[in-house]
Amino acid sequence: MEIPEIVGAGLIVIGAGLGIGRIGGSAMEAIARQPEATAKIQTAMLIAAALIEGIGFAALFAK
Amino acid sequence: MQNCMITNFKAFWALLGFMFVTSSAVAQDHGHEAHNEAAHHEEVAHNDSHQPAAHKEEDSETDIKAVIKETIDHHLADSYDFHITDGIGFPLPVILFDNGLKVFSSTKLNHGHEVASIDGDNYVLHHDKIYKALSTDIHTALDYDDHHHVTNEKPLDFSITKNVFMILVMAIFMFFLFSGIAKSYKTSLKPQKAGKFLEPIIIYVRDEIAIPNIGEKHYKKYMSYLLTVFFFIWFLNLAGMTPLGINVTGNIAITFSLALMTFIITQVSGKKDYWMHIFWMPGVPVVLKPIMAIIELIGLFVKPFSLMIRLYANMLAGHVVLMSIIGLIFVFGKWVISPAFFGLTLVLSLLELLVAALQAYIFTMLAALYFGSAVEEHAHH
Amino acid sequence: MDKLINDFSVGLFFWQTLVFVTLILVLRRFAWKPILNAVNEREESIEGALKAAEKAREEMASLQASNEAIMKEAREERERILKEARDMKNSIVAEAKERAVAEADKTITAAKATIESEKAAAIAELKNQAATLSIEVAEKVLGQELSTKNKQAEMISKMIDEVKIN
Repeated sequence: MEIPEIVGAGLIVIGAGLGIGRIGGSAMEAIARQPEATAKIQTAMLIAAALIEGIGFAALFAK
Repeated sequence: MQNCMITNFKAFWALLGFMFVTSSAVAQDHGHEAHNEAAHHEEVAHNDSHQPAAHKEEDSETDIKAVIKETIDHHLADSYDFHITDGIGFPLPVILFDNGLKVFSSTKLNHGHEVASIDGDNYVLHHDKIYKALSTDIHTALDYDDHHHVTNEKPLDFSITKNVFMILVMAIFMFFLFSGIAKSYKTSLKPQKAGKFLEPIIIYVRDEIAIPNIGEKHYKKYMSYLLTVFFFIWFLNLAGMTPLGINVTGNIAITFSLALMTFIITQVSGKKDYWMHIFWMPGVPVVLKPIMAIIELIGLFVKPFSLMIRLYANMLAGHVVLMSIIGLIFVFGKWVISPAFFGLTLVLSLLELLVAALQAYIFTMLAALYFGSAVEEHAHH
Repeated sequence: MDKLINDFSVGLFFWQTLVFVTLILVLRRFAWKPILNAVNEREESIEGALKAAEKAREEMASLQASNEAIMKEAREERERILKEARDMKNSIVAEAKERAVAEADKTITAAKATIESEKAAAIAELKNQAATLSIEVAEKVLGQELSTKNKQAEMISKMIDEVKIN
């Protein structure tokens, strides 16, 4: 049986979502622990999330 | 400070109000379009949408879906005329390099219903792309392969399309906006009017994006690029939320151009340390160094590629989701459901408003990060 | 990927690159540089004003301190001058006294010497006059009285008595 493409896309979205979720969660914890470093943590978080997102998109389009 | 806060709040509410008007206008606009086209399709099928026969219901539903899909596709794609709403719009010039320069109005293509004959060459519009026509008859002008793809040759196309037109408009708008702000500083160092809202953003780009990522020493020469790219992306993203149906930043050629410029600037400003970290990573066993070099070399191209894809896909996805939800109003067609989807559209529009700024921020941020890694001077271990 | 390549429009890419590069150059010249310069200038002027205020405050404080020092010095100077004056007065008075005493002594000594000499001269003259007087008396007496023996004897005894009295 052939697996439809949309299943692959779903898997990619699940993976990327989990990854970004983990980053977001960790960033929240870090901010709670050190509120004075919020700006730095946010920047690092956005960059990491952006990189995962980039990989996710690359996978989505690379069929 | 207090004043500034108040101004910002005013701007926020103004944007919110604008958003509301915008999203309702989008709903209306595409609603009309979908209805008209649906009506057209149904006319052909001799079907009345208001009193569908039981056995025809499924057909009309797939019709609406097809119309919505076509509307979305048409909205996302570039076009050769500036279409605002039914019957309102204006044609744009078509510029082709094919046996010499050919400039003509897009009215000659008549939305793909006619073959345009220019200086002995024939062109036909099909799905928002210009092909060389095989004959002057519209029915035999195009040649299809087995998968129903057009096999006709495409001329070299430098037309002022809707997206090009929007880029030009945005460039002129940005020029007048920012040179106006620049001029206002000549009379007083206190920001005036638009400067009150935009100056903090300019300072934010400098203090939170450029300086931390590039460093005090080198950041100045990248400021022009970073500021231009930030406001260009942000404004075009916002323009994409107006009912004009603009989708500039959700277009791969645009994001490719932006990513390519970032890539070139990064490589050109790369210092000795930067290249050493790519080809001969210090602090790594010699055996691993070639492997690291390969990985770094791939990374070199992945970085701008991800920049390109991220902006493109985010804006494209935003438009698709928004328009699909607006389309669902017509799929269900029930007065109870419609307000719910309208509300959902509004909420998603607000999210898109955030994404519009966030994507501009992330693009600028990552560009600054790459520039920073290129000019960084490492303390040698 | 096929979709991406299929969607890619060379014309759009060309126009975007052209317009964007032009926009960067134009905005750099007419917007970003003036804006960033103005912002910088303002930040510097604010920083400068703050620094100047700080400096003024410091100067004020140092001025106050130096004022106090000058006042203290002046007070000390006055004290010193007064003390000096007092000392000088005392010494002048003492000296004057000394000199006065010495002068007086000298005058007294001189007066005494004069008195002595005057006295001696007076005594000498008295003696001379007495001698002369006695000689004259003697002459007269001798001429008149010494004509008789009785009278001579009487006179002699009288003279002797006189001498005794003397």
